[in-house]
Amino acid sequence: MADLSVNFCGIKAPNPFWLASAPPTDKAYNVERAFRAGWGGVVWKTLGEDGPPVVNVSGPRYGAVHGPDRRLLAFNNIELITDRPLEVNLREIAEMKRRWPDRAMVVSLMVPCEEDAWKRILPRVEATGADGIELNFGCPHGMSERGMGAAVGQVPEYVEMVTRWCKTHSRMPVIVKLTPNVTDVRKPAEAARRGGADAVSLINTINSIVGVDLERMVPSPHTDGKATHGGMCGPAVKPIALNMVAEIARSPATRGMPISGIGGIETWRDAAEFMALGAGTVQVCTAAMVYGFRIVQEMITGLEAFMDERGYARLDDFVGAAVPNVTDWQYLNLDYAVKAHIDQDLCIKCGRCHVACEDTSHQAITHLVNGVRHFEVIEEECVGCNLCATVCPIESCITMEPLVNALDKRTGRVVDGSYRNWTQHPNNPMAESAGKPLEPMEPAE
Amino acid sequence: MSTPPDIRAGRLASCDYAPAFSDLHEALDAHEARVAAERCLFCYDAPCITACPTSIDIPLFIRQITTGNARGAGKTILDANIFGGMCARVCPTETLCEEACVRNEAEGKPVLIGQLQRFATDAVMASGRPLYRRGAPNGTRIAVVGAGPAGLSCAHRLATLGHEVVVFDARAKAGGLNEHGIAAYKSTNDFAQAEVDWILSVGGIELRTGQALGRDFTLADLRRDFHAVFLGLGLQAVNALGIDGGGLSGVEDAVAFIETLRQTADLSTLPIGRRVVVVGGGMTAVDAAVQAKKLGAEEVTIVYRRGAEQMGASRYEQELALTAGVVVRHWARPLSVRGADGALTAVTFAGTAERDGRLVDTGETFELPADQLFRAIGQSFVPGPVAGESDVLDLEGGRIAVDAERRTSLAGVWAGGDCAAGGRDLTVVAVEDGKQAALSINRALLGFVPMAAE
Repeated sequence: MADLSVNFCGIKAPNPFWLASAPPTDKAYNVERAFRAGWGGVVWKTLGEDGPPVVNVSGPRYGAVHGPDRRLLAFNNIELITDRPLEVNLREIAEMKRRWPDRAMVVSLMVPCEEDAWKRILPRVEATGADGIELNFGCPHGMSERGMGAAVGQVPEYVEMVTRWCKTHSRMPVIVKLTPNVTDVRKPAEAARRGGADAVSLINTINSIVGVDLERMVPSPHTDGKATHGGMCGPAVKPIALNMVAEIARSPATRGMPISGIGGIETWRDAAEFMALGAGTVQVCTAAMVYGFRIVQEMITGLEAFMDERGYARLDDFVGAAVPNVTDWQYLNLDYAVKAHIDQDLCIKCGRCHVACEDTSHQAITHLVNGVRHFEVIEEECVGCNLCATVCPIESCITMEPLVNALDKRTGRVVDGSYRNWTQHPNNPMAESAGKPLEPMEPAE
Repeated sequence: MSTPPDIRAGRLASCDYAPAFSDLHEALDAHEARVAAERCLFCYDAPCITACPTSIDIPLFIRQITTGNARGAGKTILDANIFGGMCARVCPTETLCEEACVRNEAEGKPVLIGQLQRFATDAVMASGRPLYRRGAPNGTRIAVVGAGPAGLSCAHRLATLGHEVVVFDARAKAGGLNEHGIAAYKSTNDFAQAEVDWILSVGGIELRTGQALGRDFTLADLRRDFHAVFLGLGLQAVNALGIDGGGLSGVEDAVAFIETLRQTADLSTLPIGRRVVVVGGGMTAVDAAVQAKKLGAEEVTIVYRRGAEQMGASRYEQELALTAGVVVRHWARPLSVRGADGALTAVTFAGTAERDGRLVDTGETFELPADQLFRAIGQSFVPGPVAGESDVLDLEGGRIAVDAERRTSLAGVWAGGDCAAGGRDLTVVAVEDGKQAALSINRALLGFVPMAAE
């Protein structure tokens, strides 16, 4: 049986499935239930400064994007950091760590951008026995207006500064949680590394308005007729998160830094994809909020089965395995060619491939052949774009078949396995001469 | 054991009639409709549209349902088929749109097109707001004979195009077979009349009931007084069994039974036999047999001269009968009836078989005890009312011959629905006939097709 245990920048856990800093980790009651359900760790919902408790709206905090069957595709919230007294949270964190010593207990923190504020809170967190801290530089609503959360995460210099304070005033591993509400996520990640961060976690929620109530003419959710943007999460953000994880995993400046992947993870497969792109652990919130804590059992058993099937004994055997296959467009092989192929036995003749290709692409799929409804690829026109396979409702009905030592009827060129990327292409005025490296050089360590 | 004939009313407790004749399909609620609608793949050149005799843009109306635009969905349906509400209830969708649905290939289960159509058209009816209005009067007057699906479809389209229409019907109530000829559980809450009222509410249509062609007026009268005539006469005669009924009581026409049932307000007053035999294999046979069972008949048997595959009733309708507890016997034809004291007591059948494509008797016979026998072996057109005119309508296979535009052999006379040759005896086909005839009449009278008023 595959070994799912992790040692993530010194933080040990029986499995890589952690609950993200959010309502599910706000108090001992929930965390106790989560650990009983099997979660490998939690990031306790963000603690703030000691003082008057945070005040939340007393109304809808969540908005949602539903599929037609009410399946939740995305979710946003305008909830703030914990609104319970600091002392209560610290007591419960200590109690939970005592009760569940094998689970990862990470504490999310957000205090003002003043060194003293961090100096005050860090020893108190350390005293709980927690395994590490996560710096909430990502919360995009409410707290950011007060100079915290995303307001810090969007300025790499602040990220570096606060990270350094934490490393200076605490022995605990420091995970910096990144906001996706930036143009280049690598910059704050690099800043975190410069500041001494042990790891990064990403993504936090995305600035969003999930919908507009057309009766009231106000976005949802609204508070007494007014609305504000919230932070979006859930399955719909996964592609954005995967890209950001991959960018950090393959960037020379941040390569090798542990990553905790977050963003729309609902199943073992989602988790495995994040891990293939370099995440050593994953964090989940939305799926737990939608389905309850027991989803972790599907994740654990699914990941074990996948690893056993593939012969991976431990997570390190495949974490990051897909990173070398993420490159820049300019290094893609322009001599490679595929053609769509429609399996006529599987085809249900809905015609979606035809109309998609006909209306919006390359007019490369028939509709009628000899007057009979029949959908077939016209290889002379097919550029292999994959649109037809994407819109086909039947899995595996349309496949993209590589040309191997065969004539590409569209270009008239024999595809013989040669490799030529844009940097070498004759159509590129900036093309490098032959003999130059085909892939970016490994950075000197 | 009671002595024959055992035909009596009130076989059920009075409180049991309403549940027995309640809606065949529960209407979809908004959530169910959205889930069902989401299964539609929005096919290109969709096979369901091709399979619909009225060519409703099914993928479009289903997509409109998914976006919460049920009224728009209803309009998409009603633009093509003004009886979209009734067709949603009575169409044999399993042999039309739903049979063509590509989801059958994918999962063996079609999108619930019929029920979604009902959801959308019900939304229009419930809204109470008009969807169509009468076109600006263009000075023409059209006579429509028959207020069934063909006639009213024709009349409604003509009204929206600005023609003044007078609809004649021999019966006291409009609706044709929708009102008189289909099973009660397919048209609950007096839907047929509600739909007729909604269709007539467009304006510009005068309804004259109790007016029979050949009795109260002639075709020549209509040709003289109107710019055009549409005949949607339906079928008046029930085919004979080919045996002598012997003048016994208890031998009845299934269509008459259904009509009586539909017009009976209190079904506990409607007599039904203890043992009922229905001869025939079409929808009418099933409607009669199932309703006989629902009225409390103990034994109901449908006897059909060929096999299940050849029955006019769809596979779904056949299953409906079996589920209701009706026994279906194939490969037998009635030979004779037996009675006592002038009342039916039994029907004798001859076993049949197909030899070289021909139906032959096997030589075996059997007898079914029966208090009531319903004939449901098809109806035929009675040309009497339109015969004897100076200009005679050409017939084809016993029905009125029409061309692709539903023009008859007489100038200025169109025909459609069951009375016209080449149809399929389906409501939806009648509706299409009426619509196409209206467009053809409009082209003939105005020389062009104006935009229909909405």
